[in-house]
Amino acid sequence: MAGTMIVDGKPVELNGEKNILEVARKAGVELPTFCYHSELSVYGACRMCLVELGNGQIVAGCSTPPRPGLEVKTTTPRVQKIRKMALELMLANHDRDCTTCEKNGNCKLQDLAHRFGIRQVRFGQRDIKVDIDDSSPALVRDPNKCILCGDCVRVCQEIQGIGVLDFAHRGSEMTVTPAFGKEMAEVDCVNCGQCAAVCPTGALVVKSQVEEVWQALHDPQKTVIVQIAPAVRVAVGETFGLEPGENTLGKLTAALRQMGFDKIFDTSFAADLTVMEEGTEFLTRLKNGENLPQFTSCCPAWVKYTEQYCPEMLDHLSTCRSPQQMFGSLAKKYYAKELNIKPGDMVVVSIMPCTAKKFEAQRPEFVTEGAQDVDFVLTTQEVVQMIRESGLDYPNLESDSLDMPFGFTSGGGIIFGVTGGVSEAVLRAAHYLLLGEELDQVNFTEVRGTEGLREAEIDVGGTKVRLAIVYGLAQAKHLLEELKAGRADYHLVEVMACPSGCVGGAGQPVGTNAEIRSARAQGIYTADKAQQLRKSYQNPLIEAVYEKWLGEPNGEAAHTALHTTYSERRRIQGDSISLGEDGEAKQVEVAVCVGTCCYLKGSYDVLQDLGRRLRGAHLEEDVDLKATFCFENCGSGINVKVGDTLYSGISPAKTGFIFDKITEALQSK
Amino acid sequence: MAKAWPMAQTENHSKEEHGGQQERQFAKVNEIIALYEADESALIPILQKVQEEYRYLPEEILTYIATALGISPATVYGVATFYAQFSLDPLGKYVVRVCDGTACHVRRSQAVLDAIRKKVGLASGEKTTQDLGFTVETVSCLGACGLAPVVMINDHVYGNMTPEAITEILDTLEKREGDAK
Repeated sequence: MAGTMIVDGKPVELNGEKNILEVARKAGVELPTFCYHSELSVYGACRMCLVELGNGQIVAGCSTPPRPGLEVKTTTPRVQKIRKMALELMLANHDRDCTTCEKNGNCKLQDLAHRFGIRQVRFGQRDIKVDIDDSSPALVRDPNKCILCGDCVRVCQEIQGIGVLDFAHRGSEMTVTPAFGKEMAEVDCVNCGQCAAVCPTGALVVKSQVEEVWQALHDPQKTVIVQIAPAVRVAVGETFGLEPGENTLGKLTAALRQMGFDKIFDTSFAADLTVMEEGTEFLTRLKNGENLPQFTSCCPAWVKYTEQYCPEMLDHLSTCRSPQQMFGSLAKKYYAKELNIKPGDMVVVSIMPCTAKKFEAQRPEFVTEGAQDVDFVLTTQEVVQMIRESGLDYPNLESDSLDMPFGFTSGGGIIFGVTGGVSEAVLRAAHYLLLGEELDQVNFTEVRGTEGLREAEIDVGGTKVRLAIVYGLAQAKHLLEELKAGRADYHLVEVMACPSGCVGGAGQPVGTNAEIRSARAQGIYTADKAQQLRKSYQNPLIEAVYEKWLGEPNGEAAHTALHTTYSERRRIQGDSISLGEDGEAKQVEVAVCVGTCCYLKGSYDVLQDLGRRLRGAHLEEDVDLKATFCFENCGSGINVKVGDTLYSGISPAKTGFIFDKITEALQSK
Repeated sequence: MAKAWPMAQTENHSKEEHGGQQERQFAKVNEIIALYEADESALIPILQKVQEEYRYLPEEILTYIATALGISPATVYGVATFYAQFSLDPLGKYVVRVCDGTACHVRRSQAVLDAIRKKVGLASGEKTTQDLGFTVETVSCLGACGLAPVVMINDHVYGNMTPEAITEILDTLEKREGDAK
């Protein structure tokens, strides 16, 4: 909308701003927010961005559209009073143990309390402590620090299309929780961590492995090697005051060396290897016309998503392990031998922009001789903490170079860190892999960009290859629906869960936004350009690896070391409700239906009579008696299940029959 | 006579992954969902109908409804926990609802509630007795303020309650239970 608005007495030209918040920002006033994110829907709950209109009305800046002539004041006594009151109420409900909080120094609540000079909280401190949920390998959820802004709810719903978290209960009992109050590890969370990336407080944070890594570094028995993912090098510097996107790989290498890592390598090298494997796999599929479109498998959040939501399309996923896991596998299977150490004495650490990589590293598929291929995954945030702890002056560190044999990469391996990068790296190599000929073209700008879904059609050796590049699992979900409905048709689909790909990963420094993401993406392309060799097959180390260890791409040895399998995954895990005390496993499970049909026929009497009989015979320890819901065999009396057998037509008078069946079942055990 | 229903054969599909509940086809839920054309905005009526059928909202059913409506289980859980009318645990044979609306409250409904809880042996924080005999809960108004304090046991309304009167009623119920045995 065009026109002029008055912000704190100053006229501001309107130019399509969505809300007063943006107009105020243009006027140089940064309104405080917790629940506003420009990429999510407007919620308007935190009441921080309140402004007073000319007519004395107080409105939330985030949910009020601007209009010409509107006059707003951002700092009136009334607005100040309400803001402070809201902040104090939040603080009263908040676990204020700031000094030991993961978010100390990075917390929006802490920041706003500081900014608004809150020196005392007039309200009583909430004294209920809820358990911390650290079941997930990637994230820790501390409900005591939640301010109910709902950012995590909306990012998971709107960007990832999953909705792991939502508000539950009501009034003072309201919480943000996974379904049924379950732990994060029991539900369909894909560990992308975007919830933690938007969480303004310490209610959702990345699960740290810093301590474990220090321990390994201090253990003289262990050889600790580390791989650095492409997107990390363009983000670490930010936290030390450097520009987002500045490539500080050399400084990071120097810092890691100082910390005591034995060998420092580049995940981009493994990405080059991925191009060889995934490219070869793709060209074979293309030739045979099978399992197309091929889905990329580098993003562990996307892989878990497919296993949970789209098991019928698992054949489409590339069987290639992600670069992280290819690296880990090579290190433990081959490199350890070369160093003459057991896989168990080698500790592989990854530095990743990603929280889902922590989950991926723990997948049971990725093990060599009983040792995990990747032992620990540190996010960018965690490595920053280690640098701080070491007291290093990061911006002024003298650049150091990576080690061999995994410390050299082509540009193709580097661009894996940004959306479209995997596709582009494969395209750079495809012509050669297909025909054995060099192609002059290096850049495939068609696949680059910032939109969540991009399409391209590229000629590869005479075949028009149609690609789709997606980030955000909500977009991927939409694409899957289109594919299933036959409305879309591609040969290759690249999916990254996080906005802009790995550069926007949830392990990256706190406070990532669209502008920062695009600066990091630029940094990746600059690093690519600076590389002598741009195409993965040109990397001499890759050639050496095949010669020494792996034979040929997609060959037998390569398949064992670098590929994997997928399986259907249940979305939500859980048990039915037991009547007795929980504890050790009972020998026989007995379930009585308490649905309306069975209830009317007296199922409660059966249930209670069985309970009495079991107690009478002192069998309550051995039998797990529970109420359950409909067995879908209504109409033929009460349904009771003993072990795996369902008995129908039971009436309260026939409880003895069921009791006999239970004793039979116990005897047969 | 009771006949055994062969369940084992359908369970070879990996019991672990499906938690042993997969033999159910959710026929009734499907009917209810179809009645509302799997419309996301009909979630509340669907939950009401399902609760009518099952007497509570089992977790598996809620997850199933979520999948059928294309919304997340967390959202369905959020709605189901928001409204007091929904129960996520199996209810007792007798559901005792003590009105704690203003009229009942000022006529000492709290004492009635305490008497009931004591009588059926509910520990603090418990809603349903261990043997699934009784569920005791408060409701905000039963619309019978002239009879305050009011208690409902299943579908029957009892007015002008006192701790003594409700204890007597529960005694009668228990006696009837005993006779049936």
